[in-house]
Amino acid sequence: MSQSGTDKTEEKTANALASHRRDKLRGSESRMNTDRWFRRICVMVAAVSVIILLFLLGSIIQQGVPSLSTTLLTGTPEPDPSQAGAWPAIAGTIWVCSICALVTLPVGIGTALLIEEFKPRSRWGSRIFSLIQLNISNLAGVPSVVYGILGLTAFVSMFSLFGVDKNGIQGFEVGAKYFDQFTNLASDPFLSMGMEGVEERYFLAPVADRADPPTIPKQGMTIFEYQNDQLNPVKISVVGPEDLPPTDPVELSLAIDANALPGRISEKAWYYFRLPFGRGVLSGALTLMLVILPVIIISSQEALRSVPSSLRDGARGLGATPWQVIWNITLPAAAPGIMTGSILAMSRAIGETAPILIIAGIVYIRNAPHHLMDSYTVLPLQIYNWTSRPQEEFHSIAAAGIVVLLGILLSFNAIAVILRHRMQNKIN
Amino acid sequence: MSQPVAVPDPTKIALESRAKSLLNRPRRRLAATRFSEIGIYVALICCGLFSLLITVSIIGVLLTETTRFFQFDEVTLSNFLGSAEWTPNLGEPKSFGIWGLISGTLLVTGIAMAFALPLGLVTAIYLSEYAPRQIRNFLKPILEVLAGIPTVVYGFFALMTITPFLQWVHEGFNVYNAMSAGLAVGILCFPTVCSLAEDALQSVPKTLRDGALGLGGTRFDATVKVILPAALSGIISAFLLAVARAIGETMIVALAAGSRPQATLDPRNEIQTMTGFMVQMAGGDVSNFGTEYFSMYAVAFTLFLITLALTMMGNVVRGRFRETYE
Amino acid sequence: MANQSTNAIEASNLNAWYGDFQALNSISLQIPKNEVTAFIGPSGCGKSTLLRWFNRMNDTIHSASATGDLRLGDIDLLSSATDVVDLRRRVGIVFQKANPFPKSIFENVAFGPRLHMKLNKTELQDLVEWALRKAAVWEEVKDRLNAPALGLSGGQQQRLCIARAIATGPEILLMDEPCSALDPASTLAIEDLMDELRSQYTIVIVTHNMQQASRCSDKTAFFFEGKVIEFNSTEKIFTTPNAKQTEDYVRGKFG
Repeated sequence: MSQSGTDKTEEKTANALASHRRDKLRGSESRMNTDRWFRRICVMVAAVSVIILLFLLGSIIQQGVPSLSTTLLTGTPEPDPSQAGAWPAIAGTIWVCSICALVTLPVGIGTALLIEEFKPRSRWGSRIFSLIQLNISNLAGVPSVVYGILGLTAFVSMFSLFGVDKNGIQGFEVGAKYFDQFTNLASDPFLSMGMEGVEERYFLAPVADRADPPTIPKQGMTIFEYQNDQLNPVKISVVGPEDLPPTDPVELSLAIDANALPGRISEKAWYYFRLPFGRGVLSGALTLMLVILPVIIISSQEALRSVPSSLRDGARGLGATPWQVIWNITLPAAAPGIMTGSILAMSRAIGETAPILIIAGIVYIRNAPHHLMDSYTVLPLQIYNWTSRPQEEFHSIAAAGIVVLLGILLSFNAIAVILRHRMQNKIN
Repeated sequence: MSQPVAVPDPTKIALESRAKSLLNRPRRRLAATRFSEIGIYVALICCGLFSLLITVSIIGVLLTETTRFFQFDEVTLSNFLGSAEWTPNLGEPKSFGIWGLISGTLLVTGIAMAFALPLGLVTAIYLSEYAPRQIRNFLKPILEVLAGIPTVVYGFFALMTITPFLQWVHEGFNVYNAMSAGLAVGILCFPTVCSLAEDALQSVPKTLRDGALGLGGTRFDATVKVILPAALSGIISAFLLAVARAIGETMIVALAAGSRPQATLDPRNEIQTMTGFMVQMAGGDVSNFGTEYFSMYAVAFTLFLITLALTMMGNVVRGRFRETYE
Repeated sequence: MANQSTNAIEASNLNAWYGDFQALNSISLQIPKNEVTAFIGPSGCGKSTLLRWFNRMNDTIHSASATGDLRLGDIDLLSSATDVVDLRRRVGIVFQKANPFPKSIFENVAFGPRLHMKLNKTELQDLVEWALRKAAVWEEVKDRLNAPALGLSGGQQQRLCIARAIATGPEILLMDEPCSALDPASTLAIEDLMDELRSQYTIVIVTHNMQQASRCSDKTAFFFEGKVIEFNSTEKIFTTPNAKQTEDYVRGKFG
């Protein structure tokens, strides 16, 4: 290979020599002019990239900074632009990206370790390894929207493996408690007319199974009420169609209609889990994992390759097992590079919109997620949502959201740059 | 010169015997380590196979759902591959002609590449061959920042800044138009083209460059006659990877290009790309699991095949290029 | 043939390849215990290859293969069933270029003991001190054991690597041109060190430096094009060699 390289070098140099002779006949004046002009064009074009960046940042800052406010950071996305905030989206981004990092880093670094540090000796083994390598570089080129489609099928609906049962309930779940919610008779304005001290109250009857039919109110049933964030048992009276409704305001507050139809509600613990995942945080994190996994693998591979093999030999020569070499020597030496690559990959995950849009859709989210299956939105998606609305005011909020997003990303990039700088200093 | 008489140091002797006894102690047994090594190796192999599993499931999912799409009565393969009418929602006679979307994608990609390729290449040449150190150190981070900006930001920029600018220049531009989206995608691809092309130029051996300069050529001569031809395959692969990226770009076209699929060459018009259609479908326009929903998978499959072909070609060309010079 | 027990490593009819290239051609020799054996010869003659087979460092080179017989005591060094990790505890190696780990000086020396032994803190400290003293760097580094090892000079780094190898308690110490990247003063320090270590360890050193081989080895093997041309006492090799090629080489006519 180097042989042919040298041949090529010679050939090219000879060509250049020939053209140089021709040019000499043409006169060197014009050649110097071409060079000068070309240099000017280059400088102009390079300047264009700077101008574009300045223009881009400038226009966004000009639109966004006036709308920056604490409401934006802490508020919920109200329909009124002046009160709209992005807190649920920011919280969603934090949830999705942290979980994404937790699952992606081990798998990505593990794959890089496998390819770089456990090269197989057998012919078949090396074939499989080069297949994995080829596969990773191709995965890096798959558009993120396609990963969104995969996430939609593989995580949200889990290939429809979990059939819908006869009650219309899908899949399997743990960590959820179900209640049937009744309202008291006091909420009927006709009955409470002219009474003092009657308030609307809600009573919760526990449901053993989510597939159970609606609870029928019975005298003396176990029923609870939320008071001070606690479920407290209460005694209620059930008023049948023939009975006269109580006239005492307190009694009326504690009475429900025997024919009342409850609403089914659920309380989900922080560990709530269900299959299929549905349009929850976990689906989003796993889908983003698909997007950034190839990026993390490729950058970790580069970091591992830059560790001099003499270090590995040194540890191996002391009788370290392959994994001891990796754990004690290779990984620490490659850590800054792996971290730089991972931070850059995470900043890509933070800004990634298309796959989340595919799997989560545009939904109105008022709360930060509370468990892995909770519905969510992320900051870039919220920005997309605001941008695609017709009202001008939302565009300013979108710009302010972009300023926040870019702020987060720039600080991530800054950390990566500092790490890389440290690493270079260490090597020198 | 006389050597000092070696007096045996008692502490040294004590250390010696202590070290001996330490070294003669029974060593750690390897069996447990061995066992966990095997466990770790198996775990790593699972990680490696996971990436293969991703590809298999992408192809599997897209293939089965696309097959399901073609099983609908209103869908025919000849219509899909032979028509440019993409009307999944409107009107009674539904038509699924993928060319209606591909043409939109190609128009946007064409505009983007007409912008990004020449600019990216010239900037790469400047950075690699001309730029003084300080300017290089200044420009490279700027390119990195440009590459790290989320696409939704470019989409916002296209809709809020480029489009009004275009409309100010020429009144014929629609609010949603291919030109604006194309330019934004071009800006997005510019750093990719630039850094990949610069890598290619940088990996041309210094001897070639010095040879050309040593013969009295100007930098321009050296660049155009020697370095560019030598780096050509590397540059081509940069172009292919950038085209693949442009074709798969989603948020910019979803925001700025519009949602009316039509085969047109007029960049002032509203169009829809493959990615734009997928976002529209998933974004909630369609909730039932009807034909239009499954058409999303057919579009995704087409998109996947096109980008896969481009990426593979790009990687193969790049591999060849690296083989030649590294 | 020498008595079994006096030999540390025995090779007979050993052939080794890198892919299609035969690096060693029917090598037969016995490395004596508790002596310094030097391998000399021009570049690419196979001496480093043989050294790397002694503790199976070649395992990471995928094209490397070998046939014949190579034994360390009762261990078959060529068998794929041989426990290379255990082997490398017994056969330490020092490389051409000093390769301290990017850790502190103490951690470098403690690396091997930590892997193989259960030691408490003071025991580990004693062992590290002993190894550093043995490798004659203790006086230079005793006040900065927690400083990064990469801050040491080249000669100190190489002696640190020797200390690191000794701390694992090997029987055999392989040295692959340990002084080729060092200044004369450091070289001298390492030669003194070998002299000090020879009573307790079997040392095999690969060197390009004729003077070094003659100064510090008991036996010398001359390699040429993958063959052992001559293996004899150092004195004999450097004064009255049997083979013409050996004579030409030690007189500096080629190589």
